[in-house]
Amino acid sequence: MAEEEYQKYYVPAQSVWPIVGAVALFLIAVGAGNFIIESTRDKDGYGAYTLIAGLGLLLVMIVGWFKNQIDESMSGLYSAQLGRSYRQGMAWFIFSEVMFFAAFFGALFYARTISVPWLGGASNNAMTNEVLWPTFEAVWPLLTTPGGDTSTQMGWFGLPLANTIILLISSVTLHYAHTSLETDKRNSVKICLGLTILLGVIFLGLQGYEYIHAYDIGLTLDSGVYGNTFFLLTGFHGLHVTLGTVILMVLFFRVVWGHFTPKEHFAFQAGAWYWHFVDVVWVMLFFFVYIL
Amino acid sequence: MVSTTDTTHSGDHDADTQDHVASDHIDDHHHHEAPYGISRWLLTTNHKDIGTLYLWFAFIMFLVGGAMAMVIRAELFQPGLQIVEPNFFNQMTTVHGLIMVFGAVMPAFTGLANWMIPLMIGAPDMALPRMNNWSFWILPFAFLILLSSLFMEGGGPAFGWTFYAPLSTTYSSDSTALFVFSVHIMGISSIMGAINVIVTIFNMRAPGMTYMKMPLFVWTWLITAFLLIAVMPVLAAAVTMVLTDKFFGTSFFDAAGGGDPVLFQHIFWFFGHPEVYIMILPAFGIISQIVPTFSRKKLFGYASMVYATGAIALLSFIVWGHHMFTTGMPVEYEIFFMFATMLVSVPTGVKVFNWVATMWRGSISFEIPMMFAIAFIVLFTIGGLSGLMLAIVPADFQYHDTYFVVAHFHYVLVTGAIFSIMAAVYYWLPKWTGKMFDITLAKWHFWCSLVSVNVLFFPMHFVGLAGMPRRIPDYALQFADFNKWISVGGFAFGLSQLIFLALIIKACRHQGESVSSQVWDGAEGLEWEIPSPAPYHTFETPPIVR
Amino acid sequence: IDTGRSNLNMRPGVSGISNQVYDLHMLMFYVCIAIGVVVFTFMFYSMVVHRKSKGAKAANFHENLTVEVVWTIVPFVILIFMAVPAAYTLIDMEDVSKPDVTVLVTGSQWKWHYKYMDNDVEYFSVLATEQGQIRNQLTKTQNYLLEVDRPLVIPTGKKIRFLITSDDVIHSWWMPDFAIKKDANPGFINEAWTNVNSPGVYRGQCAELCGKDHGFMPIVVVAKEPAQYDAWVAEQEAIAQRARDEEQRLLSMNMSMDELMSQGEKVYGAVCAACHMPNGEGLPGVFPALKGSALALEDIPGHIRIIVEGSPGTSMASFAKQLTMSEIAAVVTYERNAWGNDTGDIVQAKDINAIMYGKE
Ligand code: HEA
Ligand code: HEA
Ligand code: CUA
Ligand SMILES: [Cu+2]
Repeated sequence: MAEEEYQKYYVPAQSVWPIVGAVALFLIAVGAGNFIIESTRDKDGYGAYTLIAGLGLLLVMIVGWFKNQIDESMSGLYSAQLGRSYRQGMAWFIFSEVMFFAAFFGALFYARTISVPWLGGASNNAMTNEVLWPTFEAVWPLLTTPGGDTSTQMGWFGLPLANTIILLISSVTLHYAHTSLETDKRNSVKICLGLTILLGVIFLGLQGYEYIHAYDIGLTLDSGVYGNTFFLLTGFHGLHVTLGTVILMVLFFRVVWGHFTPKEHFAFQAGAWYWHFVDVVWVMLFFFVYIL
Repeated sequence: MVSTTDTTHSGDHDADTQDHVASDHIDDHHHHEAPYGISRWLLTTNHKDIGTLYLWFAFIMFLVGGAMAMVIRAELFQPGLQIVEPNFFNQMTTVHGLIMVFGAVMPAFTGLANWMIPLMIGAPDMALPRMNNWSFWILPFAFLILLSSLFMEGGGPAFGWTFYAPLSTTYSSDSTALFVFSVHIMGISSIMGAINVIVTIFNMRAPGMTYMKMPLFVWTWLITAFLLIAVMPVLAAAVTMVLTDKFFGTSFFDAAGGGDPVLFQHIFWFFGHPEVYIMILPAFGIISQIVPTFSRKKLFGYASMVYATGAIALLSFIVWGHHMFTTGMPVEYEIFFMFATMLVSVPTGVKVFNWVATMWRGSISFEIPMMFAIAFIVLFTIGGLSGLMLAIVPADFQYHDTYFVVAHFHYVLVTGAIFSIMAAVYYWLPKWTGKMFDITLAKWHFWCSLVSVNVLFFPMHFVGLAGMPRRIPDYALQFADFNKWISVGGFAFGLSQLIFLALIIKACRHQGESVSSQVWDGAEGLEWEIPSPAPYHTFETPPIVR
Repeated sequence: IDTGRSNLNMRPGVSGISNQVYDLHMLMFYVCIAIGVVVFTFMFYSMVVHRKSKGAKAANFHENLTVEVVWTIVPFVILIFMAVPAAYTLIDMEDVSKPDVTVLVTGSQWKWHYKYMDNDVEYFSVLATEQGQIRNQLTKTQNYLLEVDRPLVIPTGKKIRFLITSDDVIHSWWMPDFAIKKDANPGFINEAWTNVNSPGVYRGQCAELCGKDHGFMPIVVVAKEPAQYDAWVAEQEAIAQRARDEEQRLLSMNMSMDELMSQGEKVYGAVCAACHMPNGEGLPGVFPALKGSALALEDIPGHIRIIVEGSPGTSMASFAKQLTMSEIAAVVTYERNAWGNDTGDIVQAKDINAIMYGKE
């Protein structure tokens, strides 16, 4: 009985894309490393070019690999078992992303509840404050650092709130796109997905605007842990939204080209999961970075 | 079981078309033998090829990292600065640690996982074969970057494998940017490798291979993979913060901006402690395969082995502070981390006792894998017990950052992780090549290694207790005698590994006597039911496990 | 060479706490030995008796709830037996209240600075072993690498509190005989205490990797009877006063090129050469060269300022506290005229004063 139910597993033949991707990552790493050294130390070099070459190659790899993947999937090579493998793989990948953000949130909590209060003399650090930072007062957000740099707080009302609403709505529209796909309402898929992408782009635009505003009012990447955590958390989130938007765009075109069936649409599902994940991160961000 | 075999509920495609289409294509791709030449290795999606690549890479890295250890031991042969400058010495220590951890032990385990997990659970391959290739091939590049940074102006990383800020930020050389990105790539590789392992185990077991029937090597790797996915991203975040602190003016680890250098250590060790268990859990799995085989007796306490592994993994998330007892944590935290750390000994003890109970009233024979396994049990336990001593905070104030710690972790890593890898290689090599390896050479390898490794690492306990700090290129005269012995042991241990190299090369040339599919009498498990050498494709039709 | 220190085991040390720690260590050690003996006895017994070559037939048990529970509970109990005394000792160790003497200990690459919080005494303490011994040109003496120019001095029988911090990277102040090892974290202060029983000279080292010369950063503490300690403090305060007077006197004087060069060479060798190298060429990419550098050839005020103020974000610390004005003047002159820099510039103490306090 059991053996009849077992499906033939599709093991892909040799593929050039992984090794292309490996070379691309190599170029990106070498390029980015040298580019950072050269740009912050005012040196000449090939860092930027190497980085761009790497990114270009990575793009080639992604397109090629996905094309393979799509062709295979379209010609029905994939079994349900493989579909499960992909879904689980994506889920674990998102888990790894959760842990990446967790580390930055951890840094934020540590700064708020440990390092800043300790610099102000809390816990076993009375002498830290008395001897090293006698004028420092621990408050959050940390607008005057122990070293004396000052900055301004970013309020939660206005732009951030608007962005929160935008992202929340985008999750809803994406959800509708998904249910429409499952009931094979192609037009509605396109509309809902298009809306989601639009909302993503607006979010990014507003976020860019907010950064400019922040720099204007003196909140910068290097203005102490408040600015550090603010920009790194929102920055990495922004990068993820960008990536998510690109993924959604690809999905959009695939829908236009008639890919996916109501039952088999792993790529769509993965993209949707990713988008919802990015959304949840934002809600956490909004709460812990802006409001609290 | 249902999850691996059931199609009726998923119902994507009509079962008939599915079978038809799939077999067409599989014929295309599959029923030929291994491809030839360099492209076989560069483009491969075959779990056995990728496993082989990982294992060779790990071995080469072991030799490179070992060569650096030889530089360290040569410099420490006598007091005084003899052959290298302090700054270079620090680079050697740092890169030795990084290479051994990320380049030797972890890839070796991943290689074994690639080779053996599909064979042990009756799967045709890993779940995501192309990603499997990718996760391997980015590794050599990562280490190429790391090693080439040694030749940059200002030298490579010289801040210890733990790269504590601000030594790794404000006070490091600019090559740190490359160090950071190479660690990112290592992390990406490990995460992808781990995802592959988890998904393979969840999804590709042969019918009847229920979770509680899986061999322990599979179980321990499942849990290891979970640890990897949970903590490698945290390491990535840590290096990212180092990068921004050094180059972009952030102050995560700088008090003047409201940060704290100790925050770095919290983040690092939140990764770092699970990391050390990542390097020992698969070893536990290997030993749990080998001991029953050569005792000709079922593993004692299978279920408790599984639970103990899980318990160690869970505890590993709440003990990181034991690396930071001297950082000035408030006393409540110190006590918490002390108790939590000590608790790890309980499940680990369960494992040791189970192995002994497996041997008890068995019918024991001493083939090479068993000799390494026995050496593992004894020497790992010594390392574990010194770990327990380190957990006692007041005593750790004296041990911390001395050679006592160096002794502890080389016992668990070299005579633990590395010995288990060697045991595994001897155990499965005949399965891989179809020939028995050169037993005489193997015996030489074992006995030379066993003696020299103890001459190398045992006296480190003494010099450590007597007060020799770690990471120093020169030391006070009272440590001179023991250091001489340590270095002699080190050179001897290094040379002994060349015997291993010779043996492996011989085995790869398929010299020696052919072996049966079972190889060892007493061996049980799916991997022993396929022919030796294992064909290029196995279990295309899944076996039935009862 | 007999150094008079054990090379086999931890030292019991010279304070109540350090003795407790030693006892804990030995207790742990014996417990571990006992566990090892028990486990290995079973294992080797079965290796000898249950071997196939002796015709042993394998039994087929593979589970036994009772033994499994026992070997989970027994270790647990052993652990409690170890943890409780450890926790008590620890709580004692962390109780820094009511000190008699407080010393601020500041680590920096690669020296220690001691400041007595209740007296007008502060100074640096650096490795005293000659380079020749390290480079194997001279025979190594008994306290090779464990000797400093000016040790920390403390009274016996008093509770001494250490406030430990750093100016640059993390160091760790380790005195084995007091069982104190506390990290010196830049920007934070950690506290530790001791109460030393017997007078003597005690030696330790920096215990956290702090860069190139981490291995060359020893700590020496001299414990004196309280009366002698008080005398020592008084003497130090007087010396400090005399040094200030001398400094004032030198301000109004001009030293000759030769004097400046010879004193400058000494200061350079002791303070600057570790990074900028004796030949002034630095370590490319890590420590900048002074030989032929723009700073040392042209900009005199900039040159003085970087020594007085340090350069934030780099290893270059401020030396205003460590060197007197005349020493800074000498070393600046030296750097501007050594290794072919030959600018002919002469810098006097009053020039330093002008930069530091903005007056002539
Ligand atoms: C494979 C790697 C590995 C493993 C398995 C372990 C296992 C353990 N380690 Fe180790 N450790 C390292 C690798 C590892 N460690 C490394 C690399 C470092 C240094 C990092 C650096 O600074 O560079 C380190 C450092 C380190 C420290 C910090 C020391 C310091 O810097 O001051 C401590 C402190 O608590 C510690 C404790 C332990 C404990 C309690 C265990 C336990 O898991 C051990 C448990 C095992 C046993 C106890 C033996 C078997 C049990 C029995 C026979 C049962 C009977 C036992 C009892 C009744 C107690 N380790
Ligand atoms: C799995 C990990 C692993 C392994 C296998 C090893 C293996 C070895 N380690 Fe490793 N070690 C670490 C992990 C590991 N180490 C870590 C994490 C650190 C801390 C780093 C830090 O402080 O940041 C460390 C630190 C460390 C130190 C302390 C340095 C210091 O604090 O200053 C020393 C000193 O002796 C040392 C020695 C050795 C030796 C002799 C071996 C031997 O087992 C190596 C044997 C192998 C070979 C020698 C290769 C084979 C032979 C050849 C290539 C031919 C050439 C041979 C000759 C010329 C004889 N190691
Ligand atoms: Cu200072 Cu090590
Ligand atoms: Cu640990």
